[in-house]
Amino acid sequence: MQINSQREQVLDHHDLHSTSPAVARGLLTPETIINLKINGTPYKLNLEPRVSLLDALREYLEIMGPKKGCNQGACGACTVLVDGKRILSCLALAIQYQDTEITTIEGLSENTALHPLQAAFIEHDGLQCGYCTPGQICSVVGMINEFKNGLPSAVTPDISASRIEFSDTEIKERMSGNLCRCGAYMGICDAIRKVYATEVAP
Amino acid sequence: MKNFSYARAENAANAIHLISQNEHAKFLGGGTNLVDLMRENIEQPDMLVDVSGLPFNHIEALSNGAISIGAGVKNTDLANHAIIRDRYPMLSQAILFGASGQIRNMATTGGNLLQRTRCYYFYDKAAGCNKRDPGSGCDAIEGLNRMHAILGASENCIATHPSDMCVALAALDATVNVQGNKGKRVISFYDFYRLPGNTPHIETSLQADELITSIQIPPLEMARNSTYRKVRDRASYAFALVSVAAALEIEDGIITNVRLALGGVAHQPWRAHKAEKLLVSAAVNRKTFQDAAEVELKDAKGYGHNNFKIELAKRTLVSVLSELAESGGAR
Repeated sequence: MQINSQREQVLDHHDLHSTSPAVARGLLTPETIINLKINGTPYKLNLEPRVSLLDALREYLEIMGPKKGCNQGACGACTVLVDGKRILSCLALAIQYQDTEITTIEGLSENTALHPLQAAFIEHDGLQCGYCTPGQICSVVGMINEFKNGLPSAVTPDISASRIEFSDTEIKERMSGNLCRCGAYMGICDAIRKVYATEVAP
Repeated sequence: MKNFSYARAENAANAIHLISQNEHAKFLGGGTNLVDLMRENIEQPDMLVDVSGLPFNHIEALSNGAISIGAGVKNTDLANHAIIRDRYPMLSQAILFGASGQIRNMATTGGNLLQRTRCYYFYDKAAGCNKRDPGSGCDAIEGLNRMHAILGASENCIATHPSDMCVALAALDATVNVQGNKGKRVISFYDFYRLPGNTPHIETSLQADELITSIQIPPLEMARNSTYRKVRDRASYAFALVSVAAALEIEDGIITNVRLALGGVAHQPWRAHKAEKLLVSAAVNRKTFQDAAEVELKDAKGYGHNNFKIELAKRTLVSVLSELAESGGAR
């Protein structure tokens, strides 16, 4: 993971929320300063505790890669990596993710060079409309980390086996948390196989 | 989502102190269920006490052979633990059959126990639901109840407990360690959950100030020959229609020990004590398994759309037991 710059960005939404009459009357919780580190860059934000990590990224920081699909943990479009592990940013409260390294699709490419998965998704038609793609790709990065870590899945024949075959069945099961309404699943699987074979397996 | 205040607990005592100050406060673990319910305004806490930073994130083998699992251990880490995969495969499998990779990376062991039902009417504020709104009725009984309970339900609630992990924990006789203002106590898995009766809004025996600190699984050599089977509408990422967690020990064609629990069928993970009783000391054959399934489902009641679950539960039980009989004592 590259770090673009260590500049600290302070975004103050103080005027928007915390001086509202509701806050003054004690009906709303004042915002809290929240520190988030995203794609290597630290940010300070004034946020209410109810703001999800997804909304913090999109609405407050204008990091638009993570997408809001269902906003209830069913579609995977909001998938980001936290300390290398894939999570759903729509079910995450931003305030809980301070002191972590958050990576979005924007943080995967090296300057202008595409991440191998991005290139493979293009090569294998792993997308049509592209809305699920940032979540898909972040999910694959996390999924491959899990696989390398020896994590079995629900379809692993022997749960205690130390060696698991990176089969199509395994790929499909492990990626079931990411929906693609265009139905580009075949291309997505092709891209995953390609990257695994060229970048991970050797 | 209604706004709330947030506090990060420094330790267990601090967490209990904070939760005791506000009757509308809730503990926050991974948030995968609570945040969703808050967004739907089904849960509306005034305050969240974040316990995810507490040091309850270890899995330990105790000197008596039992395994202690910290309440904050993530689902993924529990499923991938070498001892769990080797000695309690049904538990690893049950976790991996639940949710998605992303959610398993967020969700905690303690939070999994406290999941709320996925009954559509519980989520629909326009519907009657005694669990969400005591006294408002149960629209599921006359409604779309394909997912609903066939065992232990009441005229007030036919919701099911959604967890897979807890079905395996029920079969394994896990215990729940909790800490509250009155000190620490241990609750058996069986006593932890309540059937709906007249109070479906009260789901566990946990007191308002009590924090789950860990789960303990007793040593159980026979659990090496165990498995989890989940039957659902999609092949992945769907809640169970019926699931079975089972462990089987056989000597000379006779069942010497058995553990059975059902998921997707009741308000709580359903330990199949009646079937177990019939199976112990019986000869291993398909008829024994069928008799056990019949006795366990004898009092089952369908509500229309879910009538099929009664036969499905029986067949799944028989199939899982047959599979474990094939694999014998050795894995």
